[in-house]
Amino acid sequence: MWELIQSNKRKSLVLFISLGFTLLLLGYFFGSAYYPDGGGYFGIFFALIIWGILSLISYFSGSKILLAVSGAKEVTQEVHPQLFNVVEEMKISAGLPKMPKIFIINEAAPNAFATGIKPEESAVAVTAGLLARLNRDELQGVIAHEVSHIVNRDVLFITFAGIMLGSIVLISEIFLRSLWFGGGGRYSSRSSKSSGQGQMIIMIIAIAFAILAPILAQLLYFAISRKREYLADASAVRYTRYPEGLASALEKISDTSIDLKSANKVTAPMYIVNPLKPKGRKLSDLTSTHPPISERVRILRSISGGANYIDYQNAFNKVKHGKVPLIPNSGLADKTPIGIKEITAAPVTLGIVKQTKRDTGDIMMKVNNYSFIDCKCGLKIKIPPDFKQRKLLCPRCGRKHLVQK
Amino acid sequence: MTGVIILLVVIAVVVLFVISMYNSLIQLRNRVKNAWSQIDVQLKRRHDLIPNLIETVKGYMKHEREIMENITKYRSQAMDAKTVGEKAQAEGLLSGALGQLRVQVENYPDLKANQNFLALQEELTSTENKISFSRQSYNDQVLFYNNKIQMFPSNIIAGMFKFTEEEFFEVEDEKERAVPKVDFSAQS
Repeated sequence: MWELIQSNKRKSLVLFISLGFTLLLLGYFFGSAYYPDGGGYFGIFFALIIWGILSLISYFSGSKILLAVSGAKEVTQEVHPQLFNVVEEMKISAGLPKMPKIFIINEAAPNAFATGIKPEESAVAVTAGLLARLNRDELQGVIAHEVSHIVNRDVLFITFAGIMLGSIVLISEIFLRSLWFGGGGRYSSRSSKSSGQGQMIIMIIAIAFAILAPILAQLLYFAISRKREYLADASAVRYTRYPEGLASALEKISDTSIDLKSANKVTAPMYIVNPLKPKGRKLSDLTSTHPPISERVRILRSISGGANYIDYQNAFNKVKHGKVPLIPNSGLADKTPIGIKEITAAPVTLGIVKQTKRDTGDIMMKVNNYSFIDCKCGLKIKIPPDFKQRKLLCPRCGRKHLVQK
Repeated sequence: MTGVIILLVVIAVVVLFVISMYNSLIQLRNRVKNAWSQIDVQLKRRHDLIPNLIETVKGYMKHEREIMENITKYRSQAMDAKTVGEKAQAEGLLSGALGQLRVQVENYPDLKANQNFLALQEELTSTENKISFSRQSYNDQVLFYNNKIQMFPSNIIAGMFKFTEEEFFEVEDEKERAVPKVDFSAQS
């Protein structure tokens, strides 16, 4: 288990070094494009400052910002006991040192994400729509996937790789814009005085770099992010010993047309399923942070024999018709047989829209401290938190109820 | 002179080696203990939930006296068990009886709609999951520890300081628990 993280760390280090190098080169070329003598070092300095500021912000309050942006609300056990139980089960199974905080997002689209730079201070957030749609086993699969992101340090990776990527994009953007507005004038006045030839070449290199670097960095980032999604699926299978749970959860999550309003380009890689639906792009396989769901489901369903990493890798090879080393050797070396639970749940039934909508609404109200009274006539009376009276009449049948505070 | 120095160095290396072996054995044993306490908490939690469950179910299931008596009996057996092996066996029987109850509940739609019962069932399911997940990590730790005790050269240190092997927590009738047997003859 520890070596799996080690190997992840090594690969991430390679990515970080190449991204960092790109960032520095970018700074150097842009600096020299404007001021050939000594400007390159100023460019490097400028790039480092941007990167440093973004890193500091996200290290100290990244989780808080992310949770706030996605409209997540921390909840207590009473709001959803099952969610708490499932998270605790996965905490035990994954060996997390501390219970993650639990958040519910008031949205009807089913999705979930995990945050936390350190496993000691992590959080899991799920949408109300997810809770309303999934049964216990499916919820367990999703939570296992999220917890394994925390355990495998994917949150750390996504945050910091995202920031490097962000800095590269930002600096390229600043440079390219400065060419359009005003910057060009300074350049031409300088080049007329000094030797224009060399300056011209550096300028061309800088422009080419500004266009290419963000694209390349993004592709690199996406490739590793996709791999980590598979790895999180593999860990989820190991933690739950029930691949079918996650498989049918993914199916249910993808079987919806509701958009997640609070997600954006920056937060998208954090979710279990890409919340931003690609709009018919051919390139989407390369430029997607998540592998296609149908493929993830197919891999999960073709797992046979056991729930260890090697079983997932075998299923992966079978579906992909090839040998892509997905899981590091140290993970595969663990040959302890872990049995899979038999499929017990009822087959997936999709499209029970009306009930789901009602359940989603109930969960959202619970998050907002509403209380409920079940009337004998079958009506569920919802009481807002600022309701002051102690008694209330059922609006349908007129029975008297006591409001408990 | 050089001979003495070499001898001293060798002794120092051996002493350091023994100390580090001893410490790693202690560390592994503590991990086993810690993993066990995780299971123990959940077992206790399950024992606490059962009287509540029986109380809730009693009013609905008048014809399942035998299952309830079994549950009560195995619960007290499990609470009295001392060693890991005994506990594992008693808990296995208890799980089996609870599984039977779960199958019978399907015949009582009123009970299935009872909020109190649903909450209890969720707690029990979760507790059982937690037991089985912590069992995995406990057994892993025991395996590490026992291997260390048996393998050379750490077995010498283990023998000197009387480290003894720990028991695995194996639920024997796990197959049975996965598919609870239903006895239909009693109903007809």
